[in-house]
Amino acid sequence: MRNDRAERMSEDDDHRSQPSDLDFTTNKARNCSPVASGSGSGVTEEFQPTYLDEVLDNVLENVLDFLTSRRDRNAASLVCKSWYRKEAHTRSELFIGNCYAVSPDRVTARFTKVRSLVLKGKPRFADFGLMPPGWGAHFNPWVMPLARAYRPLLEKVHLKRMSVTDDDLEMLAESFPGFKELVLVCCDGFGTSGLSVFVRKCRQLRVLDLVESEVSDDEVDWISCFPEGESCLESLIFDCVECPINFEALERLVSNSPSLKKLGLNRHVSIGQLYRLLLIRGPQLAHLGTGSFSLSELAPHGDQEQEPDYASVFSACKSLVFLSGFREIIPDYLPAIYPVCANLTSLNFSYANIDAEQLRPVIRNCHNVQVFWALDSICDEGLQAVAATCRELRELRVFPIDAREDGEGSVSEVGLQAISEGCPKLQSILFFCQEMTNAAVIAMSRNCPDLVVFRLCIMGRHRPDHVTGEPMDEGFGAIVMNCKKLTRLATSGLLTDKAFHYIGRYGKLVRTLSFAFAGNTDSGLKYVLEGCPQLQKLEIRDSPFGDAALHSGLHQYYNMRFLWMSSCRLTHEGCRQVAQALPRLVVEAIGSPNKENMEMDDPVDTLYMYRSLQGQRNDVPEFVTIL
Amino acid sequence: MEFEETELRLGLPGNSGGEGEVARKRGFFETVDLKLNLSSKDVGGAGLDLDHDKVKGVQKDKNLLPSVADPAKPPAKAQVVGWPPVRSYRKNVLASQKSMSDESDKGAAFVKVSMDGAPYLRKVDLRMYKTYQDLYDALGKMFSSFTIGNCGSQGIKDFTNESKLMDLLNGSDYVPTYEDKDGDWMLVGDVPWEMFVESCKRLRIMKGTEAIGLAPKAMEKCKNRS
Repeated sequence: MRNDRAERMSEDDDHRSQPSDLDFTTNKARNCSPVASGSGSGVTEEFQPTYLDEVLDNVLENVLDFLTSRRDRNAASLVCKSWYRKEAHTRSELFIGNCYAVSPDRVTARFTKVRSLVLKGKPRFADFGLMPPGWGAHFNPWVMPLARAYRPLLEKVHLKRMSVTDDDLEMLAESFPGFKELVLVCCDGFGTSGLSVFVRKCRQLRVLDLVESEVSDDEVDWISCFPEGESCLESLIFDCVECPINFEALERLVSNSPSLKKLGLNRHVSIGQLYRLLLIRGPQLAHLGTGSFSLSELAPHGDQEQEPDYASVFSACKSLVFLSGFREIIPDYLPAIYPVCANLTSLNFSYANIDAEQLRPVIRNCHNVQVFWALDSICDEGLQAVAATCRELRELRVFPIDAREDGEGSVSEVGLQAISEGCPKLQSILFFCQEMTNAAVIAMSRNCPDLVVFRLCIMGRHRPDHVTGEPMDEGFGAIVMNCKKLTRLATSGLLTDKAFHYIGRYGKLVRTLSFAFAGNTDSGLKYVLEGCPQLQKLEIRDSPFGDAALHSGLHQYYNMRFLWMSSCRLTHEGCRQVAQALPRLVVEAIGSPNKENMEMDDPVDTLYMYRSLQGQRNDVPEFVTIL
Repeated sequence: MEFEETELRLGLPGNSGGEGEVARKRGFFETVDLKLNLSSKDVGGAGLDLDHDKVKGVQKDKNLLPSVADPAKPPAKAQVVGWPPVRSYRKNVLASQKSMSDESDKGAAFVKVSMDGAPYLRKVDLRMYKTYQDLYDALGKMFSSFTIGNCGSQGIKDFTNESKLMDLLNGSDYVPTYEDKDGDWMLVGDVPWEMFVESCKRLRIMKGTEAIGLAPKAMEKCKNRS
């Protein structure tokens, strides 16, 4: 039973809830010493370590070094106090799935030799505008404690959905002169001036990856701020930076970076400029974001031959396996990439408005593609072309060009069916469409048994199977029934409590669930909370679940990273009761109108609750009430 | 119920293409316990299995008819915040692509540009420009030794004036010409900009003296116009 709990206890977080921690070590402490020192007394704090103890201590430390998985490390740390300490002193990669689950001081007190930190902030629904700005997830409170504790070891920081300021970047660079890797995914709060300071000070920088982050244009030429001379840069990804860059400086930088393997250009880099960069570095690149893939508005300086032979420069890119970009694509130039198609394992056309005709000659050669992202402009025909060639496909994402509920639909169950038939190894799918049928979803559940992630977004709310008029219950039910490895599910369309019943019954491995405009009664949510023991993250919006449903999950919430419920049927009183029952849970009511004169029946706009060792955070904005 | 009436749904009037959905929304109001057991089965007209099954699937216990307006919910077709769940970053990129292509909704209009005496050709997208002046400026940047002379300052007016035109062509400055859809070589600036963009197939920047051969045509056009 205890082991069970240890397993469940945050494979993601590195903390365990306090009570069980104390429980455990108190009981086990006296058996800790590997040598039975024979004293047998209950009090073991005074024992003198023998020589053998020290040797075995060393052995333990060395063995623990081999443990890389954080799940294993979490388990090891629960064995006894000694293992706990040793593990804490040897853990070099730290993963914190919720920055508010634990305070920086507590982290630095426990883990002493951290080289790499992954820190995640806002919940995913914040990406869709459901969280008011200024909610939190600031990196700032972490910088000083990290600087104090991990200098000079810390060399890698990976942040997701956090607010990072220019000052934070500067402090990071100043505190860790040997810093190597910065990855910012879906972050905001900083700009090109912060970047310029950062790259200037981090002379050992190997990786700077900015992914879907908002970078303000401070009109600073940050590319020029990279140090002169030979650079050890291995990866520079700045597709999402919306400001023009100094191309000559970039060209110099690429030229000085013999180890560069990954380059992601933004849309201000034209195809002509891309050509020049590929002439320098093409053969070494494994990962390329092409930039605009279009002509520039301004004429570049200097003599130029007639339109360069783009295909020839691409054919020199023998190492290229990952291709993305195409931000403003002129489809006429697509043939340039034919030479690399056969080697590609990952192709991202999700910003390229191309149709099936334009896709076909490209995809026809992509026998090895495992990851394919595209816009629904490729239509069902395009998906059929993918299905015909990409037998190795593991991950498919189809995004809508027209992201409106009642927009024009270009892909449908026809495309989904084709994919399921052509790509049996599919593991992960994200599919936006206007209409779908249960039959196609059921077919996919049968044809693609390896599915781990199934996210279907029928863009019209409450839309049923457009052929039978039925709810989409059977389709999603088949997915959880037949896809035995499924860990992540996102639903859409017209769904009744039945769908939830299926999920609760069959979704035994499911860790992440997303529901929107779904279900009928509290029973729906109950089924899921009671039936899915592995549940970590639950996101729900605009569904008719109330306090009773919320209360049915009390046994589960300490095992989860978070629960999000917005525009449901929750009241302040109902949420407050949860907060009382589970003191280690932080229960946030976001967007609550009036803190003072709160009626207990007042509905809660958005509930965001998460387990935490640090209790209520100290940066609560005024539109949030902690219950 | 207002929004129900205005909802566009397939289905028989009075019943419910939408009833399934609307009835489901009743579920929100658990305190309002309507068990009206009406109509969903007695579909007005041909008892379509479609509706019957749908409603059945939707409502296990209750067949609810909406009778209370639901002011909290927006009309069905209004756009809802954060739905569909596409990241604003991606939405913005696609929106800006769309606006760029809307401006040139017929797609790009690439034409080759050659200049006498220059060793290289260029290509321009005529739809990037809105006036002749814009085009001249861009060409000027591309071929830095290229000066358009009087054309630049006075625009197309000069071409309508015979004598000024002859002056221009007798000079040593360069003059932009183009080949149109009919295969004829014309002086740039004759026709309204939009028409020019439609008909231009390629551009050639000639020495003024060479362009004299085109003058008669230009003259004719001038005469026709006046």
